Amino acid sequence: MSPYYRPVRFDWWRKRRAYTLFVVRELTSVFIAGYAIVLLLLLRRLAEGREAYEAYLQWLATPGMMAFHIVALAAAVFHSLTWFSLAPRAMAVRIGERRLQPRTILWANYAAWAVVSAIAAWMVLRA
Amino acid sequence: MTSSVSSATITLEVLRYRPGRDQAPAFQSFQVPYREDWVVLDALNYIKDQIDGSLSYRWSCRMGVCGSCGMMVNGTPRLSCAAFLKEYYPATVRVEPLEHFPIERDLVISLDDFMQKLPAVRPWIVRQDDRPLDAGEYRQTPAELDWYKQFSMCINCLLCYSACPVYELEPRFIGPAALALVARYNLDSRDQGREQRQEIAAGPDGVWDCTLVGECSTVCPKDVDPAGAIQRLKLSSALEWVKNVVLPWGRR
Repeated sequence: MSPYYRPVRFDWWRKRRAYTLFVVRELTSVFIAGYAIVLLLLLRRLAEGREAYEAYLQWLATPGMMAFHIVALAAAVFHSLTWFSLAPRAMAVRIGERRLQPRTILWANYAAWAVVSAIAAWMVLRA
Repeated sequence: MTSSVSSATITLEVLRYRPGRDQAPAFQSFQVPYREDWVVLDALNYIKDQIDGSLSYRWSCRMGVCGSCGMMVNGTPRLSCAAFLKEYYPATVRVEPLEHFPIERDLVISLDDFMQKLPAVRPWIVRQDDRPLDAGEYRQTPAELDWYKQFSMCINCLLCYSACPVYELEPRFIGPAALALVARYNLDSRDQGREQRQEIAAGPDGVWDCTLVGECSTVCPKDVDPAGAIQRLKLSSALEWVKNVVLPWGRR
């Protein structure tokens, strides 16, 4: 007598809220990939000359592309926040006999993020 | 005595499957007395004693230690000895066998897959140098014990496998509990078996299959945090790879 195998539901990610949130978190990468393509195209237009570059900038200013950037930013922020909140579980840092508090690791990650963002902002805005 | 017991009842919908008789599992409803201090397992015992003796399920200790009474209670993997009826009353309670495992009969699942994976990760202390018995025990400080203790609390109840969508889609995945045991022994100061476990833990069915849904840790009745254990194994495996492959003075 053989055991019964329950079929896998195609909509398994709807079974639990946590599954749905997980799938949303994974799907944010689609927007980040899309943003990377937009950025690569920008470099290509820049190489093609001033006219192509300015036409591309005009296209970026259309409402559709503005909306895309807002959604991509929201996706990146959501992904980053969930990623940082998980960091203390992946990193167990031991100093001597004591284990570093998870909160310390969390804030160290945010601090590193702030520093990198500040450097990036300085590079972009100094012109 | 009888006058102090209320006549309230609660409905249990239990998934039943009798191999050889049923083509597929189906729910059967039972009315059982409602008691505030009853857990789902008490209700199942009532059904078996008073209503239908053929109902099959596993249980032993009734106190969250043996790990044998895991079931889906209203869609969530729980120890049925720790799921109180009052959490659900007056609503119906739906009891199913743990998901992602084949059903042997009623609420009894097949453990074969886990039983093959468990010894594969060598969940015991591995030594390169076996000391003679008269050399005494391998000693450990409380701080060294603390380093892995959380991961050693696993009772093999398999709730984590039932909560893991990766295990459902990719049944070859070694899975949360077995990988938490890899972390438990790798982090043990007396153990020297990390390299032996690495082949399984960092192999094609190991930690890199995990996409960090995190539900294994949410449902764990012993706060083992298998998801955390797996992420730590990922980090240490990645660092080892950098050391051996990327850096010019690496071993390979």
